[in-house]
Amino acid sequence: MAFTFAAFCYMLALLLTAALIFFAIWHLVLPEYLIHFFFCVMFFCAAEWLTLSLNLPLLAYHVWRYMSRPVMSGPGLYDPTTIMNADILAFCQKEGWCKLAFYLLSFFYYLYGMIYVLVSS
Amino acid sequence: MSAPGFTNLNSSISYGQNPATPHRNGPAQTYQPMHPPTGCYGAPPQQQSYPTIPAHPAPVPSKAPITNSAHSANYYRSNHHQQQQQQHLSQHHVAPSPYSASPSSAPPSQTYATLPSSAPPPSNAHYSQQPLQQQHHPPYAPPGSYYGPQSYHAPPAQQSQQQPSLVPAPAVGPGAPVYPIVSYPSAPGSSQFGTLSSSQSAAAHGVMPTQMGAPLHQYGTTRPASTAAVQPGYGVAPPSHLAPTVNGQGGTGHQHYDQSQPASLSYDSYGDADHPPSGTPSASVHSSPGHHQGMQYGYAANSGASSASAATSGPAAAPSSSSSEDDDDDDDEEDEEAGGDTSSSSTGSASPVPNSYDNLEGGSYPDSMPPSNHMTNQAAPYGNYGYPGMPPAYHQGPAAVTDSSPSHDPYGQSSYQQYSQPFPNMSQLSAALGGLSGVPELEVAALRPVNLLQERDLLPHRPLEAPEPNLSPDLKKVNCCPQSFRCTLTSIPQTQALLTKARLPLGLLLHPFRDLQQLPVITSNTIVRCRSCRTYINPFVTFLDQRRWKCNLCYRVNDVPDEFMYNPVTRSYGEPHKRPEVQNATVEFIASSDYMLRPPQPAAYLFVLDVSHNAVEAGYLKYFCESLMDNLDKLPGDTRTRVGFLTFDNTIHFYNLQEGLSQPQMLVVSDIDDIFIPSHDSLMVNLKESKELVKDLLTSLPGMFSESKETHSALGPALQAAFKLMTPTGGRVTVFQTQLPTIGAGSLQSREDPNQRSSTKGVQHLGPATDFYKKLALDCSGQQIGVDLFLLSSQYTDLASLSCISKYSAGSIFYYPSFHCTQNPTQLEKFQKDLERYLTRKIGFEAVMRIRCTKGLSIHTFHGNFFVRSTDLLSLANVNPDSAFAVQMSIDDSLADSSLACFQAALLYTSSKGKRRIRVHTLCLPVVNQLSDVYAGADVQAITCLLADMAIDRSITSSLSDARDALTNAVVDLMSAYKNNVCNLQQSGLVVAASMRLFPVYILSLLKQKALRTGTSTRLDERVFAMCEFKTQPLQQLMRMVHPDLYRLDDMSDQGALHLNDTVVPQPHLLHLSADRVTRDGAFLLDCGNVFYLWIGKSCDHLFIQDVLGFPDYASIPATMTHIPELETLLSERVRAFLDWLQDKRAFSSTLTVMKDNSSAKASFFQYLVEDRSEGPFSYNEFLQHIQQQMS
Repeated sequence: MAFTFAAFCYMLALLLTAALIFFAIWHLVLPEYLIHFFFCVMFFCAAEWLTLSLNLPLLAYHVWRYMSRPVMSGPGLYDPTTIMNADILAFCQKEGWCKLAFYLLSFFYYLYGMIYVLVSS
Repeated sequence: MSAPGFTNLNSSISYGQNPATPHRNGPAQTYQPMHPPTGCYGAPPQQQSYPTIPAHPAPVPSKAPITNSAHSANYYRSNHHQQQQQQHLSQHHVAPSPYSASPSSAPPSQTYATLPSSAPPPSNAHYSQQPLQQQHHPPYAPPGSYYGPQSYHAPPAQQSQQQPSLVPAPAVGPGAPVYPIVSYPSAPGSSQFGTLSSSQSAAAHGVMPTQMGAPLHQYGTTRPASTAAVQPGYGVAPPSHLAPTVNGQGGTGHQHYDQSQPASLSYDSYGDADHPPSGTPSASVHSSPGHHQGMQYGYAANSGASSASAATSGPAAAPSSSSSEDDDDDDDEEDEEAGGDTSSSSTGSASPVPNSYDNLEGGSYPDSMPPSNHMTNQAAPYGNYGYPGMPPAYHQGPAAVTDSSPSHDPYGQSSYQQYSQPFPNMSQLSAALGGLSGVPELEVAALRPVNLLQERDLLPHRPLEAPEPNLSPDLKKVNCCPQSFRCTLTSIPQTQALLTKARLPLGLLLHPFRDLQQLPVITSNTIVRCRSCRTYINPFVTFLDQRRWKCNLCYRVNDVPDEFMYNPVTRSYGEPHKRPEVQNATVEFIASSDYMLRPPQPAAYLFVLDVSHNAVEAGYLKYFCESLMDNLDKLPGDTRTRVGFLTFDNTIHFYNLQEGLSQPQMLVVSDIDDIFIPSHDSLMVNLKESKELVKDLLTSLPGMFSESKETHSALGPALQAAFKLMTPTGGRVTVFQTQLPTIGAGSLQSREDPNQRSSTKGVQHLGPATDFYKKLALDCSGQQIGVDLFLLSSQYTDLASLSCISKYSAGSIFYYPSFHCTQNPTQLEKFQKDLERYLTRKIGFEAVMRIRCTKGLSIHTFHGNFFVRSTDLLSLANVNPDSAFAVQMSIDDSLADSSLACFQAALLYTSSKGKRRIRVHTLCLPVVNQLSDVYAGADVQAITCLLADMAIDRSITSSLSDARDALTNAVVDLMSAYKNNVCNLQQSGLVVAASMRLFPVYILSLLKQKALRTGTSTRLDERVFAMCEFKTQPLQQLMRMVHPDLYRLDDMSDQGALHLNDTVVPQPHLLHLSADRVTRDGAFLLDCGNVFYLWIGKSCDHLFIQDVLGFPDYASIPATMTHIPELETLLSERVRAFLDWLQDKRAFSSTLTVMKDNSSAKASFFQYLVEDRSEGPFSYNEFLQHIQQQMS
């Protein structure tokens, strides 16, 4: 049992996922995307391919989502002039709930992964 | 229920019978202690008002000066009259008692004092005059005089008459030391009696008395009333009425401010009390019981008149005036309002009517009426209602109250249904009858299956009217005008499933600030709204009984405030269902300070003018300056109106117009990267004070830049400067732009590739290139600045980006492609006409609009120019009478539990006179559960417009081809749905309900519009502008643009012609938009909304050419002809009458172009013939075949 880099990544992801759970609810878009990107990179460095592959779809979605945002000069995802349209609002909320579920599941997965790495190494 | 009748009864009964009074008393007592709902009697609320009264002595006088309007005067007079006539004399008696006697009475005394001071003398004159005469009144003074006299006279009279009955009543009891005196007098039913007997029908009288009566009765039982005392109350009351009205008048005469304040002020004298308790008069009333009865009564008495009225009447002033006003003319409006005020007089408390009823019934049933008893008479129910609880209360007095109340409740509840019937309220009826059955014939006609492949003559003879909702006649009568408020489905499907099955969009089209011919304006202290959903009271609410109404949107049961019991129109109490709010689906309220976040802003106009070389070339500046100069006095506004000017090329020029300067001073800011305002107080100046300088500037402006060689345009920085300049006030910024902004923030590049103009692939760059304009617009919107854009350019100016500045700040956009002052006279003419309308049309500032709908429905998308601040709230920095809105809706919950669905749009705005106003439109539609009913009620024009809005959104967010496919699919879906679900006949071909028979034509027209067409050369700016128009044009205008009206003019007959003011307006039949209808030997008029084309066929009748155009033959008609000469021939008169008649119905005047068969403009005429295959892909036949293929 040793504290490897992979274990460190899992621990970090564990903590950050806890933050993401809140960000997904509060729609703090950029921090959420950055944090998610950050530990994806960490998993890549740790060569945790399975975990990485689980996260890649979401990463791709984030990239696509940000690329297709409305025209705006500053950072941000939501356009104040359209966000109040009920269907767009409903979509964004649904998106938030789905991510919340994903982060909750991955939270326990990282917990398991961390312990597994710690125990197995 | 006419007041007179009641009064008579009451009077007789009351006099003769004591028992009756006891009953009344009983109920009254119970009510007071009890709950609002029960309290039919207005007295309680009044009490609250009372206390406050004293506090506000000063205000009254102040108000007085304000009032100018004759109306109020009239009102007063009328009161006077009645009172005087009825009762003379007793002034002496009365007067002394109140004043001397009580400190409490002070308020009244004040009022008197103030009033008299204002102008006693006129009073005589007034008296002599008839009450109804309006308009000539000497202002102010008269009212004052009125007051004085009224109060005095009235009371006495009452006393004299009534006293007998009163006498029996117990003396003032515990009462209030102070109040007692006053109150008692008033209290005594005597007042009622007196009034009743005396009152013949005058609302004011009737009202007051009744109010008084309630209290009185109580007194009577409890104590003997001093007759004298009563009168004071009385006297007071009238004043209160007057005062309010006065205020109203004054206010109206001048500015909003005045009004709003006045209302409060006026009240204040009596009614301030009302305000404090404001929200819940009823509540206060209840609490009142705590007071000594005597006190209460006293209140009642005073207020009784006064306050009851005051409270309500505070309202009085405000209360309510209802009058129809002419929207177009502000001045007229105000006058009218004033008139309304007068008419409104004081608000009554509910009590009055009930009392009268009581009297009536009391006579017949001395003891108690069993609730079960039904009177055929409407009055009966009320009586019953009150009575049941009453008897016990009677004797017991105060104690009884508590007891009685419980007993009472059950009655009340049980009695509801009973009441509902007796009440004449149509809303109730409607609720019962609403969606049940409609007009079978109409429905059948609308549902008649039409096989589109066989029937070719689908167009009606006259332009299509909005379908009538299938409602009971009573509801139909009061329903909102379809021009203001229209729903795509006039029968709302019960569930979302049904809606989905119908394959039709559900949405509303609104034109909320439309110029109206008639608009009831209501000045009321309390604007009655639902306590949970904040819906404004409207014709479709249900009155459970006199004191409660049920919201038609959220179904909550609310109390009717006391002041709402007085009806200013009929001047009677106790008829809440006759109030103008409940009789009109479109009303306007004068809002109180509760509806202001800051003092109403003055009208402020800033003109931002492009003076670059390009602009000078186009030459618009001269015409703008001329037009503004001509209309300077017609700019909507008041004495506070502010104007400013700002010009820009590659620098920004400000103009110092400070009063006192000998000539305008130009300040140039060349640092466009960091724009600053050179002077803060002299750039936006008061128009009135600096008018000469403004005129100077307008005269010299065109010449100042005639030599300009500067080709750059710093529009972005200019807009930033405008934003900074307007931030303190908010207002309207009008931007004239002639080219692409090239430097500074917000500069743009040309994105249009001319080779792609006729591409069928899809169109790029429909969205903005930068969010600079959008962000700036949002900032503007936050500061209540609306930006209107006039784009006059010959080249690409990226309207897609520039339009954002207006889109999100609720502005309007005007576009004149290839504008040039000499080379393009038609554009110039249109520009001038539009500008005139633009400068003089009404405007509302710092507006918000909220749309509410019946529980179960929800709004999900808005279309139009605005910023959506929350899911149902639109923020409109400016609102203008020419822009419309659309919303899409969905059905969240089943509407099965109600037969009616209602929608309410409330627009809160500041008028150009600085008044805060709320315009409320309410639309009521039946709910149906059959698919066939949904189709029968489909409004094909509204559906087309809503689909157009949706298609525009789709083409911007997705792509143009997507949007076009979606439109085609809408037709396919509808046809399939109808075929599969409704039409049982296994017919071949395309079958559709008759109500939707024009749907394919309209969709085909949409597909051929500039906004959505492909394959035809369309400049990007024109396309984007067409899209903007779709979003903001009102329905009628939009439909004329989408599917123009084609008429044949050369064979018009007078058959079916309209006769308007001596002119005969022929009504030629509509023709299909197909070239085979346009013959060579005819003259045809094509009405495209903003332009008329008069098509002259090659072999057109010489007679027509001579008589109408004034030329001998076809060949001599000039190539460009934009006017029809005024010839003395019959045909010419008919044609011009018809054109004028068409013109009258639209806001912006249309230009006329005469076209010859061989002219080069032929192409532009034939492009409107949408049923043909011109350049577009489909003719109508091909389109139908395409649909059929898609269906199979």
